[in-house]
Amino acid sequence: MSTENIPVLETRGITKRFPGVVANEDVNLTLHKGEILALLGENGAGKSTLMNIIYGLYQPTEGEILVNGTPVQMNNPSDAIALGIGMVHQHFQLVPVMTVAENIMLGSESVKNGLLDTRAVAARISELSQRYNLDIDPYAIIEDLPVGARQRVEIVKTLYRNADILILDEPTAVLTPQEIEGLFEVMTLLKNQGKSIIFITHKLKEVLQVADRITVLRQGKTVGEADPETATQNSLAALMVGREVILTVEKKPANPQGVVLAVEDLAARNDLGDPALRGVSFDVRAGEIVGVAGVQGNGQTELVEVVTGLRHADAGEVHINGQRMTNATPRAITQAAASCHVPEDRHAYGMVSPYPVAENLVLNTYNLVPYSHGINVDTRAIRSHATELVKQYDVRTPSIDTPGGSLSGGNQQKMVVAREFSRDLNLLIAAQPTRGIDVGSIEFIHNQIVAKRDNGVAVLLISSELDEIMALSDRIAVMYKGEIIGIVPRAEATREGLGLLMAGVKDERVPV
Amino acid sequence: MQSIRRFIRPLLIPFLAILSALIVGGLIMAFFGDTSGTLMERLWRPVRAYQSLFEGAFGSGRGLSTTIRKMTPLLLTGLSVAVAFKAGLFNIGASGQFVMGSVFSVAVGINFPGLPPFIHLSLALLAGMLGGAIWGAIPGLLKVYTGAHEVIVTIMLNYVAALFAGWTVYAGGTQGQQPGPLWDTTAGPISETPDVLASARIPWIFGPPYRVHYGILIALAVAVFIWWLLYKTTVGFEIRTVGQNMKAARYAGIRVRWTIIFAMILAGGLAGLAGGIETLGLNHKFAPEFGGGVGFDGITVALLGQTHPLGVIFASFLFGAMDAGAAKLQFDTRIAQDIVQVIQALVLAFVAAPTIIYTIFRMKPDPEEVESAPTVNWGAG
Ligand SMILES: Nc1ncnc2c1ncn2[C@@H]1O[C@H](COP(=O)(O)OP(=O)(O)OP(=O)(O)O)[C@@H](O)[C@H]1O
Ligand SMILES: [Mg+2]
Repeated sequence: MSTENIPVLETRGITKRFPGVVANEDVNLTLHKGEILALLGENGAGKSTLMNIIYGLYQPTEGEILVNGTPVQMNNPSDAIALGIGMVHQHFQLVPVMTVAENIMLGSESVKNGLLDTRAVAARISELSQRYNLDIDPYAIIEDLPVGARQRVEIVKTLYRNADILILDEPTAVLTPQEIEGLFEVMTLLKNQGKSIIFITHKLKEVLQVADRITVLRQGKTVGEADPETATQNSLAALMVGREVILTVEKKPANPQGVVLAVEDLAARNDLGDPALRGVSFDVRAGEIVGVAGVQGNGQTELVEVVTGLRHADAGEVHINGQRMTNATPRAITQAAASCHVPEDRHAYGMVSPYPVAENLVLNTYNLVPYSHGINVDTRAIRSHATELVKQYDVRTPSIDTPGGSLSGGNQQKMVVAREFSRDLNLLIAAQPTRGIDVGSIEFIHNQIVAKRDNGVAVLLISSELDEIMALSDRIAVMYKGEIIGIVPRAEATREGLGLLMAGVKDERVPV
Repeated sequence: MQSIRRFIRPLLIPFLAILSALIVGGLIMAFFGDTSGTLMERLWRPVRAYQSLFEGAFGSGRGLSTTIRKMTPLLLTGLSVAVAFKAGLFNIGASGQFVMGSVFSVAVGINFPGLPPFIHLSLALLAGMLGGAIWGAIPGLLKVYTGAHEVIVTIMLNYVAALFAGWTVYAGGTQGQQPGPLWDTTAGPISETPDVLASARIPWIFGPPYRVHYGILIALAVAVFIWWLLYKTTVGFEIRTVGQNMKAARYAGIRVRWTIIFAMILAGGLAGLAGGIETLGLNHKFAPEFGGGVGFDGITVALLGQTHPLGVIFASFLFGAMDAGAAKLQFDTRIAQDIVQVIQALVLAFVAAPTIIYTIFRMKPDPEEVESAPTVNWGAG
């Protein structure tokens, strides 16, 4: 057999059991030289687990892995790296205060005369960066870099260690559309230079755009292959979920009532102390969805944080239901004003990873009846609440006692959404509510948001997905450099018009 | 199966840490110091030593009561460190808090004659808790309002406490230096307080020669209380959440600053209570040599107990037993009893750096384990 036909990577009959779950069952996967393989599947289907096995982080319960046709045993990521396998995790593993070069040499420091040889490393990084068009400055400090650049640093890190097989687990979830385009160019370049890539995403459009081949996992098993030439978003969704998924949101016209959230002339600074909001004003009425669009980093994050009490407002006013809530505590805003907040960064704010699912589901309501009486926590009430929500929101977890952090990424998000959506609400604030969620669950969450609106809840939706904003919003506000540059009724909004606003171009014809 | 696993897993590291420490301690006893004897004889030496240690701790009523006596303050200082850990704080100051607790309780215990015994004792114990609580509150407040790291502040406060305590009982000098306010005027040149009044002493369960007082029951009750507080109340939920994820705690509406201060007050109060109990139950007076060493041992005890109150009970019992058996070990084998402290230090090293254990026993750190080891947290802001 010629080497051309031997897959660079093959898994045979991989099974992985966790306490109470079979994450992978008899998975067979092949990856050829110079191809991009997309791995699709519902939340909890076992994609990340499989990748972690290939990267040596987990040991398979059964099955074997072949690299270039030879069975290999990997006990830890160093073994995988030695075999030319690199992985970019969804949560970057970079030290924020160190430079790119320092981060990349961590763990494989190159030493000259007993000293770290940073210069040689930097030179190598620059060379790789040029060859693959990655645009990385070896001396930049990680925390100064935007998310897209950090991701490229992770990619360089794998290339620096001579990876031929790259695993990218949901690399696009946190990127802006522009950054995603950039990433795809890099991926194509890598592929053309003979690297092989496994790419996980929940965005079917992306799959059709870059993948050479598609493998679908469902409940831990490979359920099919698809060819991006012939597949459609609908056919892929059906293959993943096992039923037809309605990819468009059906909703009645809005029936807006009184103002629930009024924001006036809000000003605030970001973590670095630079102005992030410069006089933001808008309101959200009961029974309408206001979507906030904009390129990430234009103040959306800070806006949500100020409104939810997590960030100090330097000037301006926030009113909820006519009550002044400027710089009120998060508890006053969630409990007294009956609002909820699906935070953009679920790991930082939305959950406590080691806590069981049940405790995560009362993270911000533990102090209320029935979950506690006085200071006495009522475990039984917390557990029955959890049992119900897990069922209602289809959070796939072996039990409500499982640590929240061991759920799959999308199921963690569903857990947070379940907690926030299940209260009696006046105001629903959701930032990137469907980040990392599979198409079937997106459908469910979108329907929930619309149902809340129809029940008279005011909804403030922040999303970097223009599709999501367009699908759900009744009015669309566009943020640019800390200001709301325009507010457009959905009926009058076009992708082009919004795109111009997001780029800071104020078209006179677009009503503001 | 799953629940058994969940139950066993946290016990594994402490168990292996103790085992490793005993083995390394044994090797030290076999190959250092006395180098006479054949290899077999030398290898046999640690076995005999551990046998003596065990007999010293449990082999007689005297031994057992010494174990309990040594365990009591360790249990409370261990809880002190554990509670702070749960809030993400590293309380190195249990030693100073213990000393302040001793001074405060002795100040009440030697004064106020004529108070009914129960009242006097309760007030003296409360005073001890107050002294420790104040000493814990300072690093808490400084951390919250100035960002000063509690490790640095508590270490410094240990010195301040020791020097302050020394001053309060100072006998005065020949060049006209004033004696301290708590000094026993009848003690001549000795720097110590008068004896605590009978009404403020913790009664014996078993009197001399056993000298076991009711302090152990107080400490056990406090351990159960702390367990309840941490795991069954909203206060505990707040403490643990702040310790695990400060941002999520803010998001959840928890008053993070207050929780940090409260956790340090609680930690200080526990160490202060340890000082009070030791003073009112056992020493019946305070002198500088009743220092706060148990405060440092509390760190090891807390870590060995995996910062869980029930684990701390077990760990303090074990350390109490080691302390109790040390004298017999030395007497029987002529190995300096300091070897016990060496072993205890090894235990600390192994529980604080579980990676060593994973390497020795060729285990993989459990990837399914999401909870971070308690030691991971302490550096974080
Ligand atoms: N460390 C772990 N401990 C226990 N169970 C786990 C662990 N990691 C994953 N699981 C379980 O294995 C199953 C598969 O999870 P995995 O993370 O592989 O899903 P996924 O396909 O990546 O999903 P998502 O799209 O949501 O990221 C889930 O049921 C999850 O709860
Ligand atoms: Mg995943």
